[in-house]
This record gives sequence, structure tokens and C-alpha cells, in this order.
Amino acid sequence: MIKKLVDYIGNPENVGKLKKLGYVSLVAVFISDFFVHRDHAIYIWDKTPGWGAFYGFVSCVIIILVSKFIGHQGGIMKREDYYDD
Amino acid sequence: MIDWFHPSIFFICGAFLIPFLRGKVQKVYLLAIPVLAVLSVSIMSPGAYWTYNFLGNSLVFGAADKLSIIFGWVFTVMSLIGIVYALHVEDSGQHMAAFLYIGGSLGVTFAGDYFSLFVFWELMAFASAYLVFAKREKEAIEAGYRYILVHIFGGVCLLGGIILHAVSTQSIAIGPLAKDGSLAFYLILIGVIVNAAVPPLHAWLTDAYPEGTVTGSVFMSAFTTKTAVYVLVRVFPGTELLVWMGTIMALYGVVYAVLENDCRRLLAYHIISQVGYMVAGVGIGTDLSLNGSVSHAFAHILYKGLLFMGAGAVIQMTGKRKLTELGGIYKTMPITLCLYMIGGFAISAFPLFSGFVTKSMVVSGATHDHRPWVALLLTMASAGTFLHTGLKLPYYMFFAKDSGIRTTEPPMNMLIAMGMAAFMCIAIGVLPGPLYKLLPYPVHFDPYTGEHVTSALGILLFTGLGFFMLLKKLDPEPTISADTDWLYRKGSRVFMWFVNKPLAIYENYLSNVYNTWFTRFTLFFSSFLARVFDVRLIDGCVNGVADFFMNLAQTLRVSGSGLVRNYAFTMLLGSVVILTYYLFS
Repeated sequence: MIKKLVDYIGNPENVGKLKKLGYVSLVAVFISDFFVHRDHAIYIWDKTPGWGAFYGFVSCVIIILVSKFIGHQGGIMKREDYYDD
Repeated sequence: MIDWFHPSIFFICGAFLIPFLRGKVQKVYLLAIPVLAVLSVSIMSPGAYWTYNFLGNSLVFGAADKLSIIFGWVFTVMSLIGIVYALHVEDSGQHMAAFLYIGGSLGVTFAGDYFSLFVFWELMAFASAYLVFAKREKEAIEAGYRYILVHIFGGVCLLGGIILHAVSTQSIAIGPLAKDGSLAFYLILIGVIVNAAVPPLHAWLTDAYPEGTVTGSVFMSAFTTKTAVYVLVRVFPGTELLVWMGTIMALYGVVYAVLENDCRRLLAYHIISQVGYMVAGVGIGTDLSLNGSVSHAFAHILYKGLLFMGAGAVIQMTGKRKLTELGGIYKTMPITLCLYMIGGFAISAFPLFSGFVTKSMVVSGATHDHRPWVALLLTMASAGTFLHTGLKLPYYMFFAKDSGIRTTEPPMNMLIAMGMAAFMCIAIGVLPGPLYKLLPYPVHFDPYTGEHVTSALGILLFTGLGFFMLLKKLDPEPTISADTDWLYRKGSRVFMWFVNKPLAIYENYLSNVYNTWFTRFTLFFSSFLARVFDVRLIDGCVNGVADFFMNLAQTLRVSGSGLVRNYAFTMLLGSVVILTYYLFS
């Protein structure tokens, strides 16, 4: 069963279906955030529906771009033999 | 009925029997020890046991309270999982090192005084270094030496702090240290945060863990940093400095994980990131955040062990460790992939997985303590966690382009060990109650509120959206990342260059100056002394005295004529002189 599931996910033919599934779940999560009670929220962003989705996406983009920028421009990424001599 | 038996005894004493056992007997023995240790923790009740008086100090080996018992639980359970994972390894040395290492960390956990804590602390450092050396490759041995040197530095700081503390307070009992800014406070803090891998003192971890043996690194990922977290919770709760150190740590690990190409080094950077949550929780210091740190350490040991086991299984079966060289192995290792993903979901804090019920306690701790920035940045780091551990690593390791590698699933014992850890990850996530009951403070926290679940899912799924949109940007690159270990890896070369070039030239110049001026002047002065003082004065005196006595002797020689009449005359003359003297005096 596990093998079938994994093979299904890995099969390039199913990319379209998986993409659809992904979009549906994104929309479902985004919408469901509007229908929950916010009793414990303290900060303004916790009270805003859809904040999690927004912040998750922004965080992801910031992390990738900033890290790659630091890595390439900041001289962090080195050749693999950097320490051998 | 014994109400206390130290679980370390099983491991430390048990380690020395391993080399004498072979085959099946050895395997049964290896399994029996952790099982006994788990049992000994399960019968434990709080109290102070095994107290000895040593040179006027009381050494406590069995300080059991809720905090030490929960760490005792997770350490012994993880030791069992780790041993199952390593059961196929035919290297008694590695098993011994692992046993001593586990024994050391349990010793630290139940130590009630700083001296016995220090001894177990050092045992951990040396035993774990062997798990790196045991790979027997040049890179591993070099990394192992750097590992041990950094830990010796940390150990010396810790010992220095302990001695200063003992001298000033006349007590070696472990407890929260007074935040008096004393040298003892900071030395102990440095000693502990070296082991907790707080930047900039973290580079030993990402340097050594990926170089360890496949099975050894699983143990390393579980014990060293989490023992340090335990000591932080016990000794440094509410230390403001740790809040920001922890928050920076959580993001630091994430940034480096983007750049990393070595699969286990990527996971190692996520240890730093995850330990950041625990360190921040300790710094915040409220009941909620301390509970968060402890429970997160508990969950982390299990899911990080699982992730290291998954990556280790891939390394063992393919012989490759770089993401650029892996890919497309989902067809041949589907079970490994699934088990790995359970660890990935757990570390990313998906609802129904262990990270969700523990990480959120730390973030809530920050929120309730009115630290919005800490809460926001920690949430950002958790998006990064899913990005790397849950998406990037499995995508490039198992899917992406087909690397052409065809392999099989790892040995059964490795799969069973991963299954055990995966079971724990889900069990804690679905039923957090038993874990919450073990926590040191009463828990008034419910992770499964509607808002919390939808917001967490929103963060995670939209991180996934970002991942697939920027997939091209994330392609792993065949590079390594310079970190603070640069200081002692390249920095030592800069030091050697400085010694060989500028310092040597300066030294040469200085010796020229010395030769030209100082030596020449000294020689001139000494030759003056030789000619004037020595020759004229001293030699003159000596020669003068000698000449005088020679002349005197020449004169006296005359009297020694050898004729009896001359001597008789002299005797007579002498007698007359003496008689005359007595007659007239």
C-alpha cells in the first residue's frame, strides 16, 4: 500500500492531479481560517483571518531569498575543497 | 523492592561486557540493557538517592524530580530505539562508546551536584567523539578532533565556573544560579551553551554530526544538545540573554539549511534551529515556556532521531550523502521515505504530530509573556523547518531528477527502529496528555483549538506553495558553507601564516638588531674589561703576590746550606734568644 502511494506521488503523470489536490487544500485551509473562534488571540495578527497563510508564504519567500543572497553575496558558500590543502 | 536504581549503571558498567560477547548473545544483551534502563526510570519516584560525602561535599547521583525523570524517560527510550537501529553493526567499540555516551547523559540528568555533573559531562564528550572517529575516514577523524577540542574548551569553562561558584557559595548543589553577573555565572553558561550549540559556539555540531557513523550520529543527534537544554532549564531559567540567543539560533539554523547540500548537515542545522526554541523557552522562564522547552526537547529527540535514521538509511544503502548526487530513490525505498516523512511532519509541527503539541507551547509562552517579536520570529523559523526538513530534503533525496541509483530498503532492524520512533511521533501528537502529565509544571494548555490548527496548517501549506513556486531557486548546489568553524579551520591557518611570515620576519629583524647592537656592544665592553680589569688588576695582584713569595723563597734558600755546623749554630743562637727572653720578661 505504501509503495503504491509513493509510486503514485512520484509518477510524473500524476503531477497535474497532485497539483489540483494541493490547490484545493490551500483554498480549504485558507477559507476554514475564517470560520474558527479566536478567543485566545492577543495580537492583531492573531485576530486576522488568513494571517497564517499570508505569514507562512511570506516567511518561506523571505527565508529562501535572504539565505541565498547571504550565501552567494556574503561569501558563505564555498567550493567543496575549500578546507583541503 | 528497590525504589531507585541509577539507569547509568546499566550502561556504564554494561559497556565493558560488550567486547566479550558475540553474535546473537551480544544482540540480546545490547537490547536488554536499554530495556532495564527504561524499567528503572519507570519505577522512579522523586527524591534524592545515592548521596555520598566526599571531601566535605555531598555528591548526589540520584537527584530525581519531575524534570529529571522526564529527561530520563526520553533518554532511555531513545537509547532503546538507537540500539535497535544499530543492532546490525559488528563493531563492539561503537556499541561501547554509545553505551558510555548514554550513561554519561543519564548521569548528568540525575546529578544533584556540579562535580558529578562535570564528570558525566566529560564522559559524554569523549565517548561521543569515538562515534565520529569510528567512521575511520580522514574527514571524520579530523572533524572528531575538532569536536573534542571544542568540547574540552567548553568543559574547561564549565569546570572553572563550577570551582568559582563552589568557592564563593560554599555549595556544589545544582539549582538556579543567582543572576549576579559573576564570572562563575558566565563561565558555567558558556560551558553549557557550547553543548547546546548556541551560535557562535555551535559549529562543532554541524561539523561533526554529518561525519559520524550512520548509527552513531543518531545517538549524537539525541543526547548532547538535549542534555545541555536540561541543564539550562535547571540552572538558567529566566535568563533574558537566552531569549534572544534562542530566537537567533532558530533562524540561524534555517538560513544555513537553505544553503546546505549534505543531507545530514542540513538536518544538523535544524537541530540548532529546534534547540533555539528550547533555549528561548528557558530564557522566557515562565511555567508555560519551561514546559514548552522540556516537552519540545522530548519530542525533538524522537523526531530528530527518526530523521537522522532516515537520512542514515539512505546514506548506508546508496553510499551518497549529497543532495546533488541523490534523487529518484522513492521507487526503491518507499518505506524509508514514509517513515522519514513522519519525522518531517513532526518537526514541522503538523497537527496530529508531536512537534505540534510541543513547539506551540514555546511560541505561546512567548506570546503570553508579551514578546511579539520572539513569537513572530519563532513562527517564521517553523515555516523554514517545514521548508527544508519536510520539503527540500525529501524532495531532492527521494524525488527530483533520477540519479540512476537503484537500491533496496535498509535492514529490518533499522526499519523497526524508525517505526518505533515514528509511532512515538504520532502517539504524542494524537494523545499529548501522558506527555503533559510528565512535565515539570502543571499544564493548562490545549494545542488543539480551531484557530491554532487552521493557522498552523495555513503557515505550513502556504510555505509549501512558496517552495514549489521557488523550486528552481532552491536547487542544491555542490558547495559547502563557511560557518564559525572557519575561525579554527582557516583561522588557524591565518595564525600559522602570521607566525611563519610577518612574525618570522619581525623576529629576524629583531635578532639582527640584537646581534648588531647588543651583542657587539657587549663584546666590546667585555674585551675592555678583559684588557683593563682582568689583565691589569686581577692578574697584576695575583702575579704580584706570586713574585713576592718567589723572591722571599729565593732569599730564604740561602739559609738551607746543608752543613751541620751552620744548623747547630742556628739552634744555639735560637736557644740563647729564648733563654734571654724568659730571663728578662
